[in-house]
Amino acid sequence: MTSVPEVTEAPSREGAGRRLSSFLHRHPRLRLSLLLSGPVGWLVIAYLGSLAVLLVAAFWRLDPFTSEIVHEYGIDNFRTLWERDVYRTIAFRTIGIAAAVTITDALLAFPIAYYMAKVASRRTRRILVVAILMPLWASYLVKVYAWRIILQENGVLNWALDPIGLTGPGFGNVATWLVFSYLWLPFMILPIYAGLERIPDSLLEASSDLGGRAGRTFLRVVLPLAFPAVVAGSIFTFSLTLGDYITPQIVSSTQFIGNVVYINVGVANNLPLAAAFATVPIAVMVLYLLGARRAGAFDEL
Amino acid sequence: MKQRNRRFARWAVTALVIGVLSMLAAGCGGDDESEADGGAATTAVESGGAPEGMLDAIGEGEGEVNLIAWAGYVEDGSTDPKVDWVTDFETESGCQVNVKLGNTSDEMVTLMRTGQYDGVSASGDASLRLVAAGDVAPVNMDLIENYEAVFEGLKDQPHNTVDDVNYGVPHGRGANLLQYRTDVVDPAPDSWSVVWDENSPYKGKVTAYDSPIYIADAAVYLMATQPDLGIEDPYELDEEQFAAAVELLKGQRAVIGEYWSDYTKQIAAFTGGDSVVGTTWQVITNVLESEKVPVASVLPKEGSTGWSDTWMISSEAENPNCMYMWMNHIISPKANAAATEYFGEAPSSSEACGLTSNPDHCEIFHADDEEYFSKIYYWKTPQADCGDDRGAVCKDYSEWTQAWTEIKG
Repeated sequence: MTSVPEVTEAPSREGAGRRLSSFLHRHPRLRLSLLLSGPVGWLVIAYLGSLAVLLVAAFWRLDPFTSEIVHEYGIDNFRTLWERDVYRTIAFRTIGIAAAVTITDALLAFPIAYYMAKVASRRTRRILVVAILMPLWASYLVKVYAWRIILQENGVLNWALDPIGLTGPGFGNVATWLVFSYLWLPFMILPIYAGLERIPDSLLEASSDLGGRAGRTFLRVVLPLAFPAVVAGSIFTFSLTLGDYITPQIVSSTQFIGNVVYINVGVANNLPLAAAFATVPIAVMVLYLLGARRAGAFDEL
Repeated sequence: MKQRNRRFARWAVTALVIGVLSMLAAGCGGDDESEADGGAATTAVESGGAPEGMLDAIGEGEGEVNLIAWAGYVEDGSTDPKVDWVTDFETESGCQVNVKLGNTSDEMVTLMRTGQYDGVSASGDASLRLVAAGDVAPVNMDLIENYEAVFEGLKDQPHNTVDDVNYGVPHGRGANLLQYRTDVVDPAPDSWSVVWDENSPYKGKVTAYDSPIYIADAAVYLMATQPDLGIEDPYELDEEQFAAAVELLKGQRAVIGEYWSDYTKQIAAFTGGDSVVGTTWQVITNVLESEKVPVASVLPKEGSTGWSDTWMISSEAENPNCMYMWMNHIISPKANAAATEYFGEAPSSSEACGLTSNPDHCEIFHADDEEYFSKIYYWKTPQADCGDDRGAVCKDYSEWTQAWTEIKG
């Protein structure tokens, strides 16, 4: 008796599985949406969801006495940001330094990447790639504190500059720019290297066969082809600088957008104002990415 | 086909977004509810008056206690086997101690609001916020034997007592001092004027504490130099007093080399010569002196700001008996001596002084010197309510924070 239902049940269970699989086979879209719902859902909830919460929080306000967040909507935070000069100064400073870092890194990275992609032997190239990636293995904080030691009053830089009668920049905007340029350089070199490597050597030879000198070949052939890669690299250097708040705190007393956000969330518990200010870099990055897309940078990623 | 796929993808994304938004809405709803609960608790505490929510007697221990503490306040030997004032307590009381470290006062406030902890070591810039929001309960001092020996200067202070109701036991205290490089700063300063002077000879090498609470340091200086402003409490500043303090700080910005917020940065700055004069903590001076850096620190004649931390019990404590036992333990002479010596501050228990491993500890940190601490204004949260007959015209902490951003520029 007992063996009978088992026998009849087993094929039906298998049948259900098979029916499901053939159903999914006949409906490829359903299959695809089932497969994708996990990762896409995670992306939407974790990334876009938190962004949405942030944007909503920007319209709340703070109860002055208990310093608890009051869920009433208003644009007071944005008015504060607009009316007080200091926030504009900080926003422009942050964007300015991010732009300066990006340009510096592009200028430094291009020759290195070009050498790696077009000139160096395979062995040298491999050594260079390792050398560029190596600093990424070291802790961010260790690198920034190392720069603090280099830049400090009785540090290496002042010691080296002393014989020629100069002193280092000390801790300030210049120090921030220097340290950021150092930190994000690998993020610029690697995309440019990848972009240059894709340019066939035959194009360069063709240019010189047609009488183009080195400078002309660079300007008319290499640069236009590599430009999207530079833009791709600049997305990293620009956005990383825009969002950072630790380096400015360690090598200067300069305030970045991130520092203001941090002090408002972490010290004053003023999440709404912090959220409102955080929309500034988001807006800047959206504009930047739209520009980058137009420059074709996403084809390089 | 491609076209159709794309249309499908768009449809799928729309569906997902709608789903997520509805989930978010549900989440927000839940949030509101819990906050409403918090609000109800507040009114219960306030309307019920002092004894509401206060324990009448310490019963049997619950077997564990969950604490939020500053690093170095609750050490059970896991950091350093020699540093341990928790294991004895666990054996005696049967309460297993679980610690969550808080990095900032605000993190502690946020953690306390989860209701998952029994107690917290709150600094003065957090304690009043916790009381105001009803997150902590009054403490029945009759049940805490060791409270008797606490220094009088720490009892019934504005940062731990509201409307004559005690909200916790004091852990220890310390002052923000004026530190200077003895090889650079001459003559030795005895006044804060050396850091407030816009024409300071040490321009570019002056340092200050990087927090909105530093505005109170400016107010302390103004109390001595501009008595006509009528500042009585550096944390209760009305429009005019606040503006004067902010102006003083904006003038100081020009002579500041850098602001310091963490202890290591301050040590590095004085060692490297980037800062030669500015605010400090006693423990920083001690470290620098032990490294043979020529520094000294002084309590200037104008007085100074300082801190005094308080162990508070949650209004939703699940283990109130163990928490009371812990509060009694941490101010017991032996534990209080060990904890405050390890952290580098003055103990709160007068009996702790005989039990520190360095016999001079209490002297170095001026533990029993009420004269010294009478010049110290302990950190507390600035609130809109001035606490006197001026009413609710004072600047609250979020305004202090905004002003601080403007001062730094």
